[in-house]
Amino acid sequence: MNKWNDNKAWFMVIPVFLVVAVSAILPLMTVVNYSLQDIFSPTQRIFVGTEWYRDALTDPRLQEAFGRQMLFSGLVLLIEIPLGILIALMMPKKGWGASLSLVLVALPLLIPWNVIGTIWIIFTRPDIGLFGAAINHLGLVFDHTASPLDAWITVMLMEVWHWTPLVVLLAYAGLQAIPEAYFHAAKIDGASSWATFRYIQLPKLRGVLTIAILLRFMDSFLIYAEPFVLTGGGPGNATTFLSIYLVKIAVGQFDLGPAAAFSIIYFLIILLISWLFYQVLLKAGTGEKS
Amino acid sequence: MSLVLDKICKHVGNERHIDNISLQLEPGTFNVLLGRTLAGKTSLMRLMAGLDRPSSGRLLMKGKDLTGLPVRQRDVAMVYQQFINYPSMTVYKNIASPLKLAKVNKKELDRRVREVAEMLHIENLLDRLPVELSGGQQQRTAIARALVKDAELLLLDEPLVNLDYKLREELRIEMREIFKRRDAIVVYATTEPLEALTLGGNTAVMHAGQLEQFGPTVEVYQNPQSSRIAKAFSDPQINIVPARLVGGQLHIGTAASIPLAQHMHGLADGEYQVGMRANHLRLVQKSDEDLAFAAQVEIAEISGSETYIHLSNAEQSWTVQLPGIHSYPMGAAATIYINPSQLYLFTAQGQLAASTQTAARI
Repeated sequence: MNKWNDNKAWFMVIPVFLVVAVSAILPLMTVVNYSLQDIFSPTQRIFVGTEWYRDALTDPRLQEAFGRQMLFSGLVLLIEIPLGILIALMMPKKGWGASLSLVLVALPLLIPWNVIGTIWIIFTRPDIGLFGAAINHLGLVFDHTASPLDAWITVMLMEVWHWTPLVVLLAYAGLQAIPEAYFHAAKIDGASSWATFRYIQLPKLRGVLTIAILLRFMDSFLIYAEPFVLTGGGPGNATTFLSIYLVKIAVGQFDLGPAAAFSIIYFLIILLISWLFYQVLLKAGTGEKS
Repeated sequence: MSLVLDKICKHVGNERHIDNISLQLEPGTFNVLLGRTLAGKTSLMRLMAGLDRPSSGRLLMKGKDLTGLPVRQRDVAMVYQQFINYPSMTVYKNIASPLKLAKVNKKELDRRVREVAEMLHIENLLDRLPVELSGGQQQRTAIARALVKDAELLLLDEPLVNLDYKLREELRIEMREIFKRRDAIVVYATTEPLEALTLGGNTAVMHAGQLEQFGPTVEVYQNPQSSRIAKAFSDPQINIVPARLVGGQLHIGTAASIPLAQHMHGLADGEYQVGMRANHLRLVQKSDEDLAFAAQVEIAEISGSETYIHLSNAEQSWTVQLPGIHSYPMGAAATIYINPSQLYLFTAQGQLAASTQTAARI
């Protein structure tokens, strides 16, 4: 029997197609259109083919920003995922302690991103900030407006403080879903708490951790607000990540064509890396060779 | 060299999960814990395993007090209702895991893993991961993991509950064979009377955290010490009807009255409860002695190759278990017959006063 001989089913799907088309595909196609042209004014444009793509791929500043971005996202994942799991493991499993710790952990997620930037700028200011001033009083020179490393540390602190809670919440939910009997079985087998983590909790968390890693990767790869609020990408180009550089081209220099080509490349990079992550995580820990 | 529970109690908050249980289990025996959900079967098993500490009482193994000893130092294995295996390990590694933790050498480990796997018919699945197995195969793996340890105490907490009917029957029969050859103390929790009867050995009937009766399974089935035990140990549930004994005449309800059957002789006059197992009831008369009750059919329920007929009259509801498939229209009049020699008599408080002397047909 042919399942598809009833065309009425299409009417159910069309609204979704329309929404996706208008909200995602049309804007994307506009960008693709821009990326192939040199735009002087709304009425004056020249088709340039793949020139902007070649330019973008050979732009040393873009390559630097890409390297910076990879390092940043890598560090973010290396810190946030283990830290998130660790905090989730330490949180109480039931009772009022569980509710309280959930609320406390979720607090950073409730604060708007621009407020977070402002909070941390003040917090880390070398003259009046609690953190910055305290560090400087200890004799360590800390100034995120002057030192690239200090600027990195500050952006990283913001990011970790803001988004580790998301990993915690996901991991915590995953841990809560493991039936109690697994832990009894491990106890009876005489497994250590490390073995319990390695062979029960971690494999059982694979699903939520895949989501957490993908979300944190994509989001950190798009980081904009924190370095923008802090130093606008400085000092120098120290915190000029991909999106900051993109905005500089698109808005600062109004080079729509190159910016569009850059956006497409940016999008493809995220898609490719996310796909790689997904493929690896899908097989990780199942004993299959990825 | 047995496991002794000595006046074990377990309180959680104000609730009594286990209420003063004393029990002695011998090595090489198969012991069924029978009781409804929340009867305390799992709580008792957790105490036996050492996962929980009793609030009071002692637990002795081979005369040695184990009460405070952590699980890790005990020689115990357990199988659960859920299929618990290490998700990232193959079947082989799963079965091997307790031996690895016990630091058994490689050759011995391999031999034992393969032996147990063969016993449970999963030797061809050793390279698979738990997610690639069916429910029955997953539980076989879990049972193999428990068996391979060769522990003194093997606890099985409703291991077949999550399997489908056919698999359950199959594994149940296999399990009886597997455990026959063991020196361990096997404890098996179930809610199903049929399972207890199939598995044999001893049965401990539990209710509300208390041990109601413990003994050889058939004996407990035939001589339930109270109406509560009889209810827990019959499926379909035993029919309990109020009765009165006056001057050697037993009046059941208002309709029936019979002279005392042989096994009831010597009972004092007073109020009683009569217990009638559903499989002892019939809808055709077999002898002149038979008690008869008029009733109406409410519903006929077919279960496997048997039919449960639910009937009622003004005073009472009944369940009759008949072999074979029958169809009875709703509302049809029927007469229920039972031979007086098959009646159980309980006191008004529910204590056994007289039980059937004929061997129970299961």
